[in-house]
Amino acid sequence: MRTATHSASSEEVRLREKRQPAGRSLWVAGWRRLKKNKLAMVGLGIVVIIALLAIFAPWVAPYDPVEQLIWTEGKAAQLAPPSAKHWLGTDLYGRDILSRIIWGARISMTIAVSATVVSLAIGVTLGSLAGYYGGKIDEIISWLINVTYAFPFLLFVLSIVAFLPASLTLVFVAIGFVSWPSIARVIRGQVMAIKETEFVEAARALGVNDFKIIFRHILPNVIAPVIVQTTLGMGTVIMIEASLTFLGFGTQPPTPSWGYEINLGREYLLAGKWWWSVFPGGAISLTVLGFNLFGDGLRDALDPRLNK
Amino acid sequence: MGRYILRRLLAAIPVFLGVVVVVFILTTIVPGDPARIMAGQAGKPEDIAKIRKDMGLDDPIPVQMINFVKSAVTLDLGRSYRNNMQVTEAIASRLGATAKLAGLGMLISIVIGMTVGIISAVKQYSLLDYGSMFLALLGISAPSFWVGLLLLYVFAVVLRWIPGTGTGNGEFVYLILPAVTLGVRPAALIARLTRSSMLEVVRQDYIRTARAKGLSWVPVTLKHALKNAMIPVITIVGIETASLLSGVVLIESVFQWPGIGRLFVEALTYRDFPIIRGQVLTLAGLFIFANLLVDISYVLFDPRIRYS
Repeated sequence: MRTATHSASSEEVRLREKRQPAGRSLWVAGWRRLKKNKLAMVGLGIVVIIALLAIFAPWVAPYDPVEQLIWTEGKAAQLAPPSAKHWLGTDLYGRDILSRIIWGARISMTIAVSATVVSLAIGVTLGSLAGYYGGKIDEIISWLINVTYAFPFLLFVLSIVAFLPASLTLVFVAIGFVSWPSIARVIRGQVMAIKETEFVEAARALGVNDFKIIFRHILPNVIAPVIVQTTLGMGTVIMIEASLTFLGFGTQPPTPSWGYEINLGREYLLAGKWWWSVFPGGAISLTVLGFNLFGDGLRDALDPRLNK
Repeated sequence: MGRYILRRLLAAIPVFLGVVVVVFILTTIVPGDPARIMAGQAGKPEDIAKIRKDMGLDDPIPVQMINFVKSAVTLDLGRSYRNNMQVTEAIASRLGATAKLAGLGMLISIVIGMTVGIISAVKQYSLLDYGSMFLALLGISAPSFWVGLLLLYVFAVVLRWIPGTGTGNGEFVYLILPAVTLGVRPAALIARLTRSSMLEVVRQDYIRTARAKGLSWVPVTLKHALKNAMIPVITIVGIETASLLSGVVLIESVFQWPGIGRLFVEALTYRDFPIIRGQVLTLAGLFIFANLLVDISYVLFDPRIRYS
């Protein structure tokens, strides 16, 4: 480690400190750049709000999402348009749409996070093995990546989900199983580049085992692009989950799910009762927009090459 | 060039074989006896046994797999459980409708996406630029099936400019809304990419030289810059062809369009395994082929890329 030598004048030390302020690591610098990016902060804001709504759904939602309100204000509660009492209206069964959207956020966010964990687990493991060892291992894993890539994403997930007993776990595991290649690809490339650097060579010369080299020395250095990929991937997962439930697969009723609500409301939309389908679709778009804005901002903030 | 194409074709074979094996595994290790489904509710045990024998379901799994690979390679994918139609025939009969939809959708997205991208790049930081890029971001974030429903509501229900769903008697007007819906997402992606790619190219020295020679913006933009900005755009067109294939599943369901997307959803509902297998194989094959075309077109657009 470099320290100020005794011979250095105090002026020199002061200048050096000015050039490298304390704690200005990749993350601190990245966060500073991110904070300046207004769109990214809007995205982060959207994601945080939706996440909070999902966590605190039981306290935030004005009504029980599955309760069928028969009468309110002396009028039928079924398919009531947006009003002061039901901000986003009610559905055919007299359920409050706002409450169903808030509870639906739980399903979407749970699946987004869990599917991402599954795809990270597979992607990071296979990607680092391929990148670190190369040779036959790399060939096999690269072949697996190409095969998985060759499937149209939604069709693959549909084929898995449609045949097995419906459950939340199945949905996120299936999505995770299909979405790992993009992470594996990023990790593979990065690991390949970093394993040739001197500090990895030094670790190897010291007799550190491969497992430790990969997880302690290499992976912490490739985490930035993975975070970007993961954030952008969350939006995709939410979209896939909504598509599944829109087609009638995946999460089953009466569990509130955004895609399912759009599906239920579509007939009534064409009969002029637009609110049942329009608002849940808006919720999906807003959430995905949040992840996209934030992910784009993260990429700009964490990729030093773009920061000239 | 011929050797390059041949080598790429050969490289696609192991990937396709991998897809075949994965499809087999997916549709084999699922609960539910296909023979029972084929025999129907009133099927007698002896009928079921006969169907099992005819379809080779009693063979050991490895034998079934080899038979399946053979049948996939020879395009003899068996018969539908539901109506006993040849799988290849069932898919071929629906492929035309989807090809029309996907073709027009892609055309719309390329024309709109590239136009918007070029204008945005030329008028960087203008209101037009910000406005169109925000719209593009929305186009990426909104679920396609929801956009389709909104378009249907506005143009078929409120304005009554366009008839509703279905194909009518094959009139072109029925094709417009589903094709536009299908094109929204790729158009948004193409617009974003064309813009960033153009911005990168416009700063190059040779563009400055062309301008210094006295050429006006229009030929410089269209002849010099666009050609070099095309490479990332070609990539996205290739990748989006795959997600277009996923997209038809949703959009055909919204617009009651009788293409392979709806065939797929019907097959899933009835657990019609041969059709599902056939479709996933067809689509994965098309996707591998699309990627191959992308690779070949690189060479046409960029002489720096060698056939290696």
